[in-house]
Amino acid sequence: MKESTILDVQSLSKSYKSGDGTLVVLKSIAFTLTKGSTCALVGPSGSGKTTLLGLCAGLDRPSSGSVVLNGIELGSLSEDQLSEFRNKHTGFIFQTFQLISTLTALENVMVPAELRGEPDARSHAMELLECVGLGDRTHHYPVQLSGGEQQRVAIARSFINRPRVLFADEPTGNLDAETGKKIVTLLFELNALAGTTLILATHDTALSQHTARVIQIKGGQIVSDITKEPSQPALEEASSG
Amino acid sequence: MIGLNLFDSWVWKMAWRDSRFSRKRLFLSMACITFGVAALVAITSFSENLQQTIDQQSKILLGADLVIRSRRPFRNESEVLLTSIGGERARQASFASMVYFPKSGSTRLARIRALEGDFPFYGDLETDPEEGAESFRSGSGAIVDESLMLQFDVHVGDPIKIGAHTFRITGKIKKIPGESVAIGLLQPRVYIPMGSLGATKLVRKGSIVTYRAFFKFDDGRDVEALIQSIKPQLREYGLRATTVQQRKRRLGRIMENLPRFLNLVGFLALLLGGVGVASAIHVYVRQKITTVAVLRCVGAKAGRIFAVYLVQSMVMGLLGSILGVLAGVGVQRWLPRVLADFLPMEIVVTVSWSAVLMGLAVGLAVALLFALLPLISLKRVSPLLTLRSSFENSLPSFMDPPRIIVLLLIAIGIGAFAVFQTQNWNQGLGFTAGLVLAAGLLIGLARVLILVARKFFPQSWPYVWRQGLANLYRPNNQTSVLMLSLGLGTFLIMTLHFSQRMLLDQVVWTAGGGRPNMVLFDVQPQQRKGLADLLASHKVPLLQEIPIVTMRLLSVNGRSTQEIRSDPKSDIPRWVLRREYRSTYRNHLVETERLIAGSLNGSPNLEGSPNWVSLEKGIAEDLMVGVGDELVFDISGVPLRTRVGSIRQVNWQRFQPNFFIVFAEGLLEKAPQFFVQVTRIANGEASAGLQRAVVQNFPNVSAIDLSLVLTTVDAVLKRVYFAIRFVALFSIITGLLVLASSVLTSRYQRFRESVLLRTLGATRAQVRNIMLIEYLFLGGVASLAGSLLALGASWGLAHFVFEVVYVPRGEGVLIAVVAVIGLTLLIGMLNSRRICDRPPLEVLRYEN
Repeated sequence: MKESTILDVQSLSKSYKSGDGTLVVLKSIAFTLTKGSTCALVGPSGSGKTTLLGLCAGLDRPSSGSVVLNGIELGSLSEDQLSEFRNKHTGFIFQTFQLISTLTALENVMVPAELRGEPDARSHAMELLECVGLGDRTHHYPVQLSGGEQQRVAIARSFINRPRVLFADEPTGNLDAETGKKIVTLLFELNALAGTTLILATHDTALSQHTARVIQIKGGQIVSDITKEPSQPALEEASSG
Repeated sequence: MIGLNLFDSWVWKMAWRDSRFSRKRLFLSMACITFGVAALVAITSFSENLQQTIDQQSKILLGADLVIRSRRPFRNESEVLLTSIGGERARQASFASMVYFPKSGSTRLARIRALEGDFPFYGDLETDPEEGAESFRSGSGAIVDESLMLQFDVHVGDPIKIGAHTFRITGKIKKIPGESVAIGLLQPRVYIPMGSLGATKLVRKGSIVTYRAFFKFDDGRDVEALIQSIKPQLREYGLRATTVQQRKRRLGRIMENLPRFLNLVGFLALLLGGVGVASAIHVYVRQKITTVAVLRCVGAKAGRIFAVYLVQSMVMGLLGSILGVLAGVGVQRWLPRVLADFLPMEIVVTVSWSAVLMGLAVGLAVALLFALLPLISLKRVSPLLTLRSSFENSLPSFMDPPRIIVLLLIAIGIGAFAVFQTQNWNQGLGFTAGLVLAAGLLIGLARVLILVARKFFPQSWPYVWRQGLANLYRPNNQTSVLMLSLGLGTFLIMTLHFSQRMLLDQVVWTAGGGRPNMVLFDVQPQQRKGLADLLASHKVPLLQEIPIVTMRLLSVNGRSTQEIRSDPKSDIPRWVLRREYRSTYRNHLVETERLIAGSLNGSPNLEGSPNWVSLEKGIAEDLMVGVGDELVFDISGVPLRTRVGSIRQVNWQRFQPNFFIVFAEGLLEKAPQFFVQVTRIANGEASAGLQRAVVQNFPNVSAIDLSLVLTTVDAVLKRVYFAIRFVALFSIITGLLVLASSVLTSRYQRFRESVLLRTLGATRAQVRNIMLIEYLFLGGVASLAGSLLALGASWGLAHFVFEVVYVPRGEGVLIAVVAVIGLTLLIGMLNSRRICDRPPLEVLRYEN
């Protein structure tokens, strides 16, 4: 594995038992990502992109194959080690925001830092909320925020542990077009600032155009893997869009 | 294994934050614990106070800490022994004698008691006027039983002649502590001062006089141990000792049953609370799965998340226990005060610190153990759920090892507590096994219900019915959880109810309106008809006429009683060999008897034509004989060879003549005998009138009015009845909470699809009916199963614990089924109101 590689996926397969048979969701997936790159996993519903994202993030275990993230083979880690790994190295953004309903916006952002016992979790979270434009909504609960605001909180939360890799699953899927654009802009801005590797799963081709690389999946297999020219910075496009 | 650190500050912070919008739901769980602990603390404290009162009462009944009696005057060596015992002493000499009332010229056989010292040391000798109890002691005064004075129209200040001396009556006796009431009523009692005993000239050599020495100890010594240490001397000098403990044992099975029953109620209330906790936490955990998945996703370890919810359960359990302890102590202190007028005696209310500590510890332990059951499923929550909202892999399998460990811990906890509460290994483990079995059967039944509903699904039923029925087996169904909680709740409450009825039936029979209350003793054969006519003329019924033949035992299986008594290796108690038996003859059982071996007429297979006798179980055990063994009796000098034909169990608690030995008819008809006639008389006046007539016409016949005995028993039983009702209430309240909690489970489970159905155009009535049909099936099957299990359990309790005859109560099952279904539907409807009455979107936003 090259030094610049942050994610190395080899011969990755995933299948589930379904009644008497077996449902194969992913078949022999292999690709690598370099540090600081952006990548979109695209494909129609049921193609396996979310499953692949989950496996790459260490949220699930493959049926076969390996995922090496930041130099660590995820299959060799126990559940608790995986949790610790996620806490230190990854960030997540979900289609349904996945904020904890009983925590305020500030507390939601603080969670990963508090889990690590960071003493300046509060001030850091405040900064991030200011950064996503929610400095005046810190004590609001998720139910008191709009969808776009909830996703901004989720973005702030995903950056609090300065992740090496950011995973996003349909980050604009639950938002209207206008809000979606703003969220994409914010996401790519922060990503560029932090130098984080971004992997997002989406069936939205417009969104995938913002990433430097697009891997298309169909029927659990990679059907195309396109890397755009470096002269087309994703952020620039997103900002203009 | 999950690493658990309860001192992790993040855990406590998160537990607090996470509980923000769930405190109402946690409150329900807390309330289950509160009522359970309140019941436990109140019952344990009340039971302790009651026990203390009973202890005090038995001291009062004995009137002293120790009584030593002798059939002869205490000799020098006995006096030395009595002096060596120490303590405060009083003396009494008692004997039977005729008393004469000069004013009316009437005579009557009475029990004369010459008293010296301050006896009774505990309780008061109550007389009217009050000072009579003291003034008779110095001088030539006497106090006389109220019934006797009423009978002969004698008043305070009138003379009474006993032997050669005439005493002045200083008071009528209302109540005498310090002796067995029943024995005391056999003959009316007259107390005179010991100093005047000589003047009666009634006590001479050969007189049948019982001498008693009463002791009071202020040093709290162990009287039982003392008796053990002087046992050889007591035996040698022909002395017999009675202690408070022995007297207490004689108070009978009813009083023994009460603390056992109260403990059982406390135990059941607590278990109900536990079921409520499990049910409420089950709902809670379901609600928290997404939160847990998010936390896992952002890097929280399973152990830390588990600790968050464990801390919440712990705090909830602790708060619930503290509230329960406060409520328990409050109710325990407040209730006896409010009900003072209804209680026959003042219960001394003291805070039982042991009960308080036990309440806290057990409440917390139950909350944690029962909460663990749903909580362990949290460890299986995958962070993947943040991407895929499926609960499938969060459901623990039945054979999940941690789940089995928790179930085992619960079983062990219940077992340990049951043994502790009942103070009996067999009973404690029996309770536990019964509960485990009941839970197992209910889970099994739930599985059968699911299978049956799926396999025989009625396709032709209307949509609402099909949907309601299909809810029993569809994914995320609550069939098992509701069957367990509703079924176990019904089972526990109904077991309590059946046990309560069982004990109350025993009480009602004993103290009920139809019982005999007058016994006429010593009726000679030629007086039978005359006395029966006399009863008829007083319009009182002759309820029973029982022949009695007195006899002594000569030999047991060929060995003479004398030989056995002198055999040091023999374990047969001496008194059963020495005593005079008053036996009867009949070929049928009476209501207080149950045949447990053989038949009343013996076995036709044995050779010859033996003379059959039926033995009471206890005496047969003492004599170490069984069916077929030979006993020879001496009946007025004539030996009669008999064979044991049967063994009977006799309920001695009931006030009617019972017998150790019953002969078959045809053997004793010609033996010297007298009769006992039993009747029931309406009131004290009528009783005195009848007694007067009996004395005038049949001077030898003694009429014993049991009304006073029964008054005392009634007074005690009223308190028993009150206590049973009071403690049962706690379990019923807890049971209702469990029911509410169980139904809430289903509400959270079903609300999404209900709202979806409404969105798709279902009417409110349709949505409500679908839910109600599901409740109807679950409530009906669970309550029926719970009630049937309760019938089985109460049979077990009746047979093995309370040792009373069990009468199954089918109507109880019907009432339970109807009540549980009704309550389930009612709570279900109340819960579904918000889902049905508001716009779907509003409900979805709120519930999210």
